[in-house]
Amino acid sequence: MQITLNLNGTSHHLDVDPRTTLLDALRHHLGLTGTKKGCDHGQCGSCTVLMDGRRVNACLTLACMVEDRDITTIEGIGTPGHLSPLQQQFLDHDGFQCGYCTPGQICSAAGMLEEIAAGWPSHASESLDGPFELSHAEIAERMSGNLCRCAAYTNIVAAIRQAAQGDNRREDAA
Amino acid sequence: MTRHLRVDGPNHDDRLDHMAQGVIGQPLNRLEGPLKVAGRATYAAEARPRNLAYGVLVQAAIPAGKVLEIGDAPGALAVIRDKRMVRFAAQGMARKAPKSGPDGIDYMGQAIALVVADTFEAARHAAQNLSVRYAREDVPVNPEDVTPELPPKKQSKTGDLDKAMQEAAFSVDQVWHTPSQMAAAMEPHAAIAEWDGDRVTIRAGLQMLSSNKEQMADALGIRPDKLRLLAPYVGGGFGSKLGINAESVAAAIAAQKLGRPVQVSMTRQQVFDLAHRRSETRQRIRLACDADGTLTGLGHEALVSNLPDDGFSEPVTQATPFTYQAAHRQVVHAIARIHRSCAGSVRAPGEAVGVTVFECAMDELAEAAGIDPVDLRLRNIPEAEPVTGRPFSSHKLTEALQEGAKLFGWSDRRPAKERLEGEWYIGIGMASAVRVNQLVESRARVTLVQDGSAIVETDMTDIGTGTYTILGQLAAEMLGLPADRVEVKLGDTQFPPAAGSGGSFGAASSGNSVFLACEEIRRQIAKAIGCDEGDLTLQDGMARAGNVSKSLSEVVEGTITGEGHLEPGKTEKSHRQATWGSHWAEVAVNRWTGEVRVRRMMGVFACGRVLNEKTARSQCLGGMTFGIGIALTEAMEHDRRDGHAVSRDLAEYHIPCHADVPPLEVHFLQERDAYVGPLQAKGLGELGICGAGAAVLNAIYNACGVRVRELPATPDKIIAGLDP
Repeated sequence: MQITLNLNGTSHHLDVDPRTTLLDALRHHLGLTGTKKGCDHGQCGSCTVLMDGRRVNACLTLACMVEDRDITTIEGIGTPGHLSPLQQQFLDHDGFQCGYCTPGQICSAAGMLEEIAAGWPSHASESLDGPFELSHAEIAERMSGNLCRCAAYTNIVAAIRQAAQGDNRREDAA
Repeated sequence: MTRHLRVDGPNHDDRLDHMAQGVIGQPLNRLEGPLKVAGRATYAAEARPRNLAYGVLVQAAIPAGKVLEIGDAPGALAVIRDKRMVRFAAQGMARKAPKSGPDGIDYMGQAIALVVADTFEAARHAAQNLSVRYAREDVPVNPEDVTPELPPKKQSKTGDLDKAMQEAAFSVDQVWHTPSQMAAAMEPHAAIAEWDGDRVTIRAGLQMLSSNKEQMADALGIRPDKLRLLAPYVGGGFGSKLGINAESVAAAIAAQKLGRPVQVSMTRQQVFDLAHRRSETRQRIRLACDADGTLTGLGHEALVSNLPDDGFSEPVTQATPFTYQAAHRQVVHAIARIHRSCAGSVRAPGEAVGVTVFECAMDELAEAAGIDPVDLRLRNIPEAEPVTGRPFSSHKLTEALQEGAKLFGWSDRRPAKERLEGEWYIGIGMASAVRVNQLVESRARVTLVQDGSAIVETDMTDIGTGTYTILGQLAAEMLGLPADRVEVKLGDTQFPPAAGSGGSFGAASSGNSVFLACEEIRRQIAKAIGCDEGDLTLQDGMARAGNVSKSLSEVVEGTITGEGHLEPGKTEKSHRQATWGSHWAEVAVNRWTGEVRVRRMMGVFACGRVLNEKTARSQCLGGMTFGIGIALTEAMEHDRRDGHAVSRDLAEYHIPCHADVPPLEVHFLQERDAYVGPLQAKGLGELGICGAGAAVLNAIYNACGVRVRELPATPDKIIAGLDP
C-alpha cells in the first residue's frame, strides 16, 4: 500500500506491505538503521522513536497507522558532527558500550524529559503533582523500558541528569 | 617488517609509563562514540545492498529425531534445506564448522530450514505457516535423568577431604543450583551474505573473525581466501557471538542459491534457542576449617550439561584450585549428556557461577565459625598456587579486600536481621572476585603517515569493550601523536588476524600486537635519525633524540608500516595468571513481600595496566550488573518434557533494567603484571561478574537471615525462609 511518513521534518512516500511495522519501514525501506530491532515485541525499547514528541516502540506500531503523525528518529536528533546536548552527554559519560540500545535510550530520554516537564508523575515520584526532582530513582524508573545488556545504566542516568541540568542552566541564563 | 614476541619471560620495562604523549590510560571518549550516539554505526543487519532478499529461520518442534517432509511456502522465493546448514553455534575458537545437516534434530528449536522472500513480512508469514512432518525420538532432557560423564582429566584430589571434614572445627556442606543463563546481547544475531562469483562476503555479528573465517569456510566448503567477514560494529556479544551460527551459514547458502544478497536476522526468541546457553549447574561445596578460620579442606563438585559429544562443558571449578589454600582438596566435574540447546561460553564461563557459589559458601563458613567474612578470606590466601606450587604472576586479592572494606564501610556491618527500616531489612555482603587470565595469538598492522597521522588495522572486534579507543590510544602513545590523529579499522578479515573478543583476552592480546607494530615503526624512525630506539622520544608529531628534534613529516617519507605479532609463551605455564578484586553490596529486603532492592554496590579490581579508565570502568559496571541478574532475576527455564527454553525472550528472561541497578561504584588498584607481555595489562571484561552475585546473596542473608541456594533469589524463595 502507498503511505506517506512525516519523518524528521521530511515527507517520504513508500509502497509497503500492510504488515510492515514502523520499525521495518525505517530500517528496510528507508535505510534509516539508527532505530534498532532488539526484540520486535516491545520488550526492550531499542526501537524507541518520538511520535508527535511522545516516545513509542516502533516495533509495535504499524507504518500505515502513523501517516498523520510527526516521527522523530535518532537521525533527526543530531548527527556525528553536530550532536544534540543529550547525545554529547551520553558520549562524555560513556552512557553506552556496544551502542545498540543507545538510539532508543536517547530518544526515550528526550521523550521522558518532556513528560517530566509536562508534569507527569512516575511510580518513583514523591508526589503526584510535581515538580519532580531529577533523582537517580526518578530517572531510572522512567527509563526502565529501555534495556541495556552492557549495563551502562549508571552512566546513562548521569548523562541524562547532566543534559537536563545543562538545559536548565541555559534557561536560567536566558 | 613484523615484530614478533612470544611471552616467554617477565617484562619489567614499564615502557608505556616512559612514553611522552601521556594518552594511555586516560579516560578518553570512545573513538566511534559519535557514530553510536547518532545511530550511524552500522551493525550486522544494517548494510543495504540492492536487491536484498530476506530469510527467516524455521525451527524444530521436537527435541530429537528427523525431518521427514516439509511443505510448500506460497509467497516465498525458496525454502532452503541444505546439508551444510549448521545445527548449533560453533564453540569459541573452534577451527571447524559445528555439526551440520538440518534433517537430523538434536534439540527443540534447532534451525531446520530457511524461508526466503522478497520482503521480511512475506518471509516471516511463509516461515510461520510451513508444515513439517517429523519422526520423533525419545531422549533425555533433564540433567538428573542421566548418569553423567566424569572425564578423568577434569577430576582432582589432594589429601583426604572426607577426613578433614570430620575433624573440622567448623564446616559447610551444601548444594547450590544455578539455572541456564543467556548472554542476551541487545543485537539479535544477524547476517547479510552476498556472492561475487566464487567469493562471498558475509557481514555478521561475530566476536572472533579469525577463527570465524575458518569455521565458515569449513561450513560452506570453500577456501578461506574466498571468504570475507565483516563485523565493524557488534551489538554486544558476552560469548554468544564467539562462533558462527545458523543465521550466517543459512544466509550464505541462500544467497548462493538465489544469486542475490540475503539477510537473515534471528528473532529474539530464536536467539534464546540458537545461541549458546550457560549450562545450569548443580554445585556441592564442602569447606572445613580449624578454630581460627584456617581452611583445612575444600571441595567443589559440579554437574553441568551439554549435548552429546559437544566438547564444551561449563568450567565451573576453574578458579577453585588457586583462590584459597587448604591441604585437603577435591574437584569433581560431571557432565550430563542431554538434549537441551547447546551449552557454551557466556560471559566468564566457569567463574561467573562457580566463584559466585563458592563465595556464598565462604560466607556460610564465616557465619558458622563466627569469623568476619573478610577476615576468613584474608586468612586463606595462598602464597603460591596450591598443590602445584607455581608462583602467581601478580596477586592483588589481599589489597582488593582490604581496600574494599575500607571504601565500603564494612566495619558498620551488623549481625543478620538487626537492621530494619520500616518494612525493609537492610544488610551488606561481600565476595572475592577472581578470574583466570590468558593471552591469545594476535596480529596488527600500523601505518604512520607523513602528515602525522596513523592507521591501525586488525581483524579484532569491538563488541562494546572499547577496542577502537584503546588501540587508538596505544598507537598514539607509542608514536607520539594526539589521539584524534589515529584511525582504527577493525572487524574485517582483510586485516591481520587478531585474537578476537572473548575470554577477557582481547584488549591485552590485540593491544600487545599494536604495541609491537609501533615498536617496529619507532625502530625505523630511530634508524632514520641515527639513534637507538630506546633513546627516541616521540611526542606531538615530533621525534627527539639527544639534541636532535625533527617533525615526523621530515623523518617519514610517505608512510612507515610496522606489523606486530604476539604469541603467548612460557609464562602461561610458569606462572598462575589471574585478575583479582572484591565485590560489596547493600540490599534492602521487604519483610512482607521478599522483594530485594540493591541499594549500593561497589567493586575493587586489579587487572594490570588500565588502558582507558573510562571504558575499563564501563566494563566493570556491566559485569557487576550481570551479577545482579544472576543473583536476583535471570533464569532460562526448560520444559521438563522436551527440554525447550520456556523463558525465551526479554519479557520472560529478566535481565536487570534501569530501576534494578543503583549507581555502581568502581575502583581500580594500581598494578603492573610483568608476565603478561610488554603492555602489562590483563583482562577485565569478565572479572566484574565473577562473584558479584555472591555479594548480593550474602547481603540478603545479612539483611533477613535467609540463604537462597537455588538461584536466582526471587521473592517466593525469600518469603519461604522469612518468619511468618
